[in-house]
Amino acid sequence: MSAPKTLYDKIWDAHVADEAEDGTCLLYIDRHLVHEVTSPQAFEGLRMAGRTVRAPEKTIAVPDHNVPTTLDRADPATMTEDSRIQVEALDKNAKEFGVHYYPVSDVRQGIVHIVGPEQGWTLPGMTVVCGDSHTATHGAFGALAHGIGTSEVEHVLATQTLIQKKSKNMKVEITGSLRPGVTAKDITMNVIGKTGTAGGTGFVIEYCGQAIEELSMEGRMTVCNMAIEGGARAGLIAPDQKTFDYCNGRPNAPKGAEWDAALENWKTLFTDEGAHFDEVITIKGEDIAPSVTWGTSPEDVLPIDALVPSPSDFTGGKVAAVERALAYMGLEAGQKLTDVKIDTVFIGSCTNGRIEDLRAAAGVLKGQKIKDGMRAMVVPGSGLVRAQAEEEGLAQIFKDAGFEWRMAGCSMCLAMNPDQLKPEERCAATSNRNFEGRQGRGGRTHLVSPVMAAAAAVTGKLTDIRSFEGAA
Amino acid sequence: MDKFTNVSGVAAPMPLVNIDTDMIIPKQFLKTIKRSGLGVNLFDEMRYNADGSEIADFVLNQPAYRNAEIIVAGENFGCGSSREHAPWALKDFGVSVVISESFADIFYNNCFKNGILPIMLPKEAVETLMDDATKGENARISVDLENQTVSATDGTEFAFEVDAFKKHCLLNGLDDIGLTYQKIDAIDAFEKAQAEKTPWL
Ligand code: SF4
Repeated sequence: MSAPKTLYDKIWDAHVADEAEDGTCLLYIDRHLVHEVTSPQAFEGLRMAGRTVRAPEKTIAVPDHNVPTTLDRADPATMTEDSRIQVEALDKNAKEFGVHYYPVSDVRQGIVHIVGPEQGWTLPGMTVVCGDSHTATHGAFGALAHGIGTSEVEHVLATQTLIQKKSKNMKVEITGSLRPGVTAKDITMNVIGKTGTAGGTGFVIEYCGQAIEELSMEGRMTVCNMAIEGGARAGLIAPDQKTFDYCNGRPNAPKGAEWDAALENWKTLFTDEGAHFDEVITIKGEDIAPSVTWGTSPEDVLPIDALVPSPSDFTGGKVAAVERALAYMGLEAGQKLTDVKIDTVFIGSCTNGRIEDLRAAAGVLKGQKIKDGMRAMVVPGSGLVRAQAEEEGLAQIFKDAGFEWRMAGCSMCLAMNPDQLKPEERCAATSNRNFEGRQGRGGRTHLVSPVMAAAAAVTGKLTDIRSFEGAA
Repeated sequence: MDKFTNVSGVAAPMPLVNIDTDMIIPKQFLKTIKRSGLGVNLFDEMRYNADGSEIADFVLNQPAYRNAEIIVAGENFGCGSSREHAPWALKDFGVSVVISESFADIFYNNCFKNGILPIMLPKEAVETLMDDATKGENARISVDLENQTVSATDGTEFAFEVDAFKKHCLLNGLDDIGLTYQKIDAIDAFEKAQAEKTPWL
């Protein structure tokens, strides 16, 4: 018997194409996802060096970061010139290098991390990379998935490998069950609140425990999505029957005898009894409350019924950071979070733009109206999520409540398209980053779950979903 | 990639923790399809007012630091987005060394691909260098990659760790892809074995 291995060890070992004496490895990459913002310089580099894409059949491209999400977006005039140049560059590069491509006009277009799993490109046991930090999302399938920079995008395009050294193993266990009103988003925000944004640096995190097992695939993607916000290279969840059921029948999943063989293989993807973790964190599921960020770092997380903290509650460099964050956010220490008024609500992103997120938000909004003067928008994660939500009647609920019902893309998650906050505009967002200026220069972001975002849209304030009764 | 040469120069102090890549280069500047020209927009929202005028007290706008080649920063520098535009902007501005207690993983890797040396040092060392940096032109910090040392103005030397392979590539300005092509047989063999064992990949 060989030594017990973690899930990460197993996937890593199965993908080392070469190992140098000092431990530097060439890690073979099974899926390479590409979008328009971090790839133009990489394709240009290939072209200048006369190189080709080694495995176009394993490379999937989709424009998402800067595409407009308005209904009239088929008209190129809705795009700013520089956005159009990037999208056109991707159109051209995808064609020239022969990679799989979902253009803006394709109903399957959407946020790259939602399209990958939806189309069955993401499968258990794979290595997945993308020039985007939220590639961690795909770890929900028991795939080793992480973000890379543009030079690495070029390296993977050319060689289908990545130069890597192995990370350390961290286990994050969420025991027991979640309480009502608490979601996958609250789990992942609480983990970051506990470890800090640098706590995961140098680690691959495996999330486990009853509360994780009880999550749907959508919820697990939400948890892994924000592993990067804790600094980790990747997040992982061992595949189980839910994972297999999700993959079965997807357009690019294996079929027939190949499916059976794959399934056999996938059932070996778990951490062996007694395997070594360099660090273990345990959180009780029932201790997690619906949560919200108050500052400008994803680690600035508190339960919704808490008070805005004071810089004096912190030590070291964080004191100045908190002073700056409170000034930027326009908040006073000691203020109740539930008294904070909201101008805008954004539901979407690769964290919470899947069908289940829209169902949860629509569940809160049924028969409700958003607060007078509120700007509220739903941006589905993909064209297919959008179509399904329309079929299920969710779109109508959002529209009746006063939400804008948009086309798929990243949108106000990073505000590279015209969907932006104005200075001092305050937003409850289901996305993953509350950095200064992330949603528009001077904009103020509070990260929340889809149900909390929906409740905030109705009351006009940050709202505890547990005591939300609606306006009716 | 250009070879990394030793640096001896003015260091800009940025004691803020968790400086993220959205701060280093905000998203409106990611719309370029080139790698160059981002230096003027480095730290754009901290550096300029909405009307484009300079914010006088931002460190890189102060006369002493306008040509800084080194940044001494608070911990967890470069967290957030994977955008390689962050090291491109630093490099274009003229910064080739960043010193901090810790760096975010992706940013750290991206630096080496662009001729920037990120140096991790213990708290006390960073504090000493931060103090030094606040003296502006009256201080010079020297970085020697070959010998893996940073020296403060008074000559105090701090040794730092760096991965031997990354150091080699930086010193020689080596292109990763070219190096990996030398191992193409191993990749071919891996691909062949994988196609037999797990054909669905
Ligand atoms: S939705 Fe936001 S976090 Fe996700 S890929 Fe798009 S910009 Fe990045």
